[in-house]
Amino acid sequence: MLAEIRQARFVEIIQRNARDFATLGALVAMGLIITIIEPVFLSPANLINVINQSAVNAIIAIGMTFVILSAGIDLSVGSVLAFSGVVMGSIAKLGESGILSPNIAIMLGIAAGLLAGILCGLVNGGFVVFGEMHPFVSTLGMMSIARGLALVWTGGRPVFGFEPAFRFFGAGYIGPFPTQVVLCIVLYAVAWWILKYTKLGRYAYAIGGNEEATRLSGINIGKMKLAFYAINGLTAAIAALVLTARLDSAAPIAGLGFELDAIAAVTIGGTSQRGGEGKIIGSLIGALIISVLRNGLNLMDVSSYIQQIAIGFVIIFAVLLDMKTKRK
Amino acid sequence: MDTSLIRMENITMEFPGVKALDQVDFQAKAGEVHVLLGENGAGKSTITKILAGVYKKTSGSIYIEDELVDYSSIPEAKAYGISMIFQELQLVPHMTVAENIFLGKEPMKNRNVSIDLKKMNQEATKLLQHMNLKIKATDIVKHLGVGQQQMVEIIKAISNNSRIIVMDEPTAALTESEIDELFKIIRELKAKQVCVIYISHRMAELLTIGDRVTVLRDGKLVGVVDVPNTSLDELITMMVGRSLEQQYPKERIPAAEVALKVNNLSCAKTGVKDISFEIRKGEVVGFAGLMGAGRTEVMRTVFGADAKDSGEIFIHGKKVEISRPRDAIRSRIGLLTEDRKSQGLNLKMGIHQNISLPSMDSLRGRFGLNLKKEKKIAGEQINNLSIKTPSLIQKAKYLSGGNQQKVVLAKWLVCDSDIVIFDEPTRGIDVGAKVEIYKVMNTLAKRGAAIIMVSSELPEILGMSDRIYVMHEGHITGELNYREATQEKIMSLAAGGR
Repeated sequence: MLAEIRQARFVEIIQRNARDFATLGALVAMGLIITIIEPVFLSPANLINVINQSAVNAIIAIGMTFVILSAGIDLSVGSVLAFSGVVMGSIAKLGESGILSPNIAIMLGIAAGLLAGILCGLVNGGFVVFGEMHPFVSTLGMMSIARGLALVWTGGRPVFGFEPAFRFFGAGYIGPFPTQVVLCIVLYAVAWWILKYTKLGRYAYAIGGNEEATRLSGINIGKMKLAFYAINGLTAAIAALVLTARLDSAAPIAGLGFELDAIAAVTIGGTSQRGGEGKIIGSLIGALIISVLRNGLNLMDVSSYIQQIAIGFVIIFAVLLDMKTKRK
Repeated sequence: MDTSLIRMENITMEFPGVKALDQVDFQAKAGEVHVLLGENGAGKSTITKILAGVYKKTSGSIYIEDELVDYSSIPEAKAYGISMIFQELQLVPHMTVAENIFLGKEPMKNRNVSIDLKKMNQEATKLLQHMNLKIKATDIVKHLGVGQQQMVEIIKAISNNSRIIVMDEPTAALTESEIDELFKIIRELKAKQVCVIYISHRMAELLTIGDRVTVLRDGKLVGVVDVPNTSLDELITMMVGRSLEQQYPKERIPAAEVALKVNNLSCAKTGVKDISFEIRKGEVVGFAGLMGAGRTEVMRTVFGADAKDSGEIFIHGKKVEISRPRDAIRSRIGLLTEDRKSQGLNLKMGIHQNISLPSMDSLRGRFGLNLKKEKKIAGEQINNLSIKTPSLIQKAKYLSGGNQQKVVLAKWLVCDSDIVIFDEPTRGIDVGAKVEIYKVMNTLAKRGAAIIMVSSELPEILGMSDRIYVMHEGHITGELNYREATQEKIMSLAAGGR
């Protein structure tokens, strides 16, 4: 009797999370196929490499999930990452010139970089909310603006050579685990909690599902959208911290095309482009799928040109699968 | 006995959770106006939408001139000569009248490369003149009134040279003179051996224009009668299947003090002009009028969904500023919108999440939202309103119309709303659920709530209201109490008369 109930509940859990299990299954299957062709894929060194490489994209995908869930889009995250990165890096290096003590410079730099990301997000959201613009347009503008700001800020030259305390965020370890991986997991846990247990999260789904019905339920849509774009700016800036620390360089041309990877991760992860449906865990799996695919194709010596084609097909098939399964 | 042009046999249509049609037979002849009669949710729209290729039937067969046909798209139905004028207008608002009429069948020139605009406008002008319409072929559709748009829609269907034309509530937005023109056209179509399938809620109209009537109830065929051999009473009995008292279980409650008072409300953008009215606690007040008379717009302004230009709103005697829905909800006003699916519900969300949406503040727990409490509240409402669902986390899109309406209602009950605005509360929901909604109105009124009911169905207005305001083109043209109100008085006020 008890066993039956347990089995029924198990079936229910599987059914309710079918899409996530399908994405996870695809990830595992992909890993298996790659392992059969190139067994070196499963070596600890390579696996750590794959996970490390997916961290930046996975972090950007967190904010992107909020935006896409609410039926928005943000094309500016790659540029925002570059701008936040150079702001962060240049201020963090003020410690070297002796103006500030190194640790204070690093803290200030990180704070300023995160703030820059949030501000870019707020501007994005501001045009969407107050200018009543389509987010595609306002964030397309920001994509150019933030990139330009990054170039102006640095005069086009990268900022490099950071203190170990700064590099800790991208190249350091917490116990046996890479800092960036721990950071990524913590951020996903926080995002999961926000989406499930706070009004902000609930309203992201509600606005994406039916904005007018949500407005007529007394919710301040504008405030919520500002928050979603600000979160997206913030996660792009956190990704900038990880990337800058890992590469030991903040380049104004960093993050080119990262917006597409983040949108791809969210989409492969099952969040509907029309908004209102999706889960944060899907975006994490989506980011991993992209990294595994890239890594596997690299191991097989497939050119990066062909990798582009492969990733394109994966996105299209993931969405096709979604549409077919949801239409039932 | 001449044979039927169209014959539908054993048509069954199932939607998730509802059987909209259950083994229905229907046939219509060339050169007749065949009326489909039934209440909302009886299956009239469903069977005509199957005929027009909008829905794919679950089972059954369709014969055209005794030939078995099978199709499931609008273009295929058009190829068989079937076109449909939908209840909801299907025009492209920023294109001209002529472009709309000839959409998809534009006259071409230069070996089919470019559209022959001149010919298109000439042809359209001819059609418009034939119907005595005072609009130009080059007018932009969105600048026309609702009635005129409806006429354009009718011309569009006629210009297809269809053998079978379905008209779903074509007169809902038309004035008396426009209706006369329409009936003239319908008689011409009859003479040309076109089969017109006609749906309307206006009973008197059916006897004027119809030849035969097929009556449906709860998705089942009740019977077919010839118009000369029937009477309104017989048709109503067939249609309702019970006496009218049961259909509108109105309980009169002595009205108490004024709950909501609106003074000189105006909004230029939505065409609301100088509206004043008041609703007392325990009262159900009906708002009647033609489609597009501005009733929905008034309610949206009162609720803060559209901003007002001027006017005052008093709630329980106190002046309140309502500039957004949140203010209205704080003043304990609830609005059940005209269109549940696009404005009332989040179809992708569960019942519990829909119900809690306006009242999330009450779910504050130690680690964020108290999801257990949310489910508990939803469970109470599901019992309270007897919402039929397999589980309380069922997505709203899988519920029937009546149950969806109850979910929207539950949202406002959880907020303790004591001024409840129902905009077309029973549109598209079945008879049983309708009565349940009316009963909820009674319960709310007894508890001292003030209720506004906007409805285009006169029997519903007459059956459930204590008082009735009638609107025409953004104005209130009259106020009637339930003792003096009749269908004729309301219609004349709705047409602008005093």
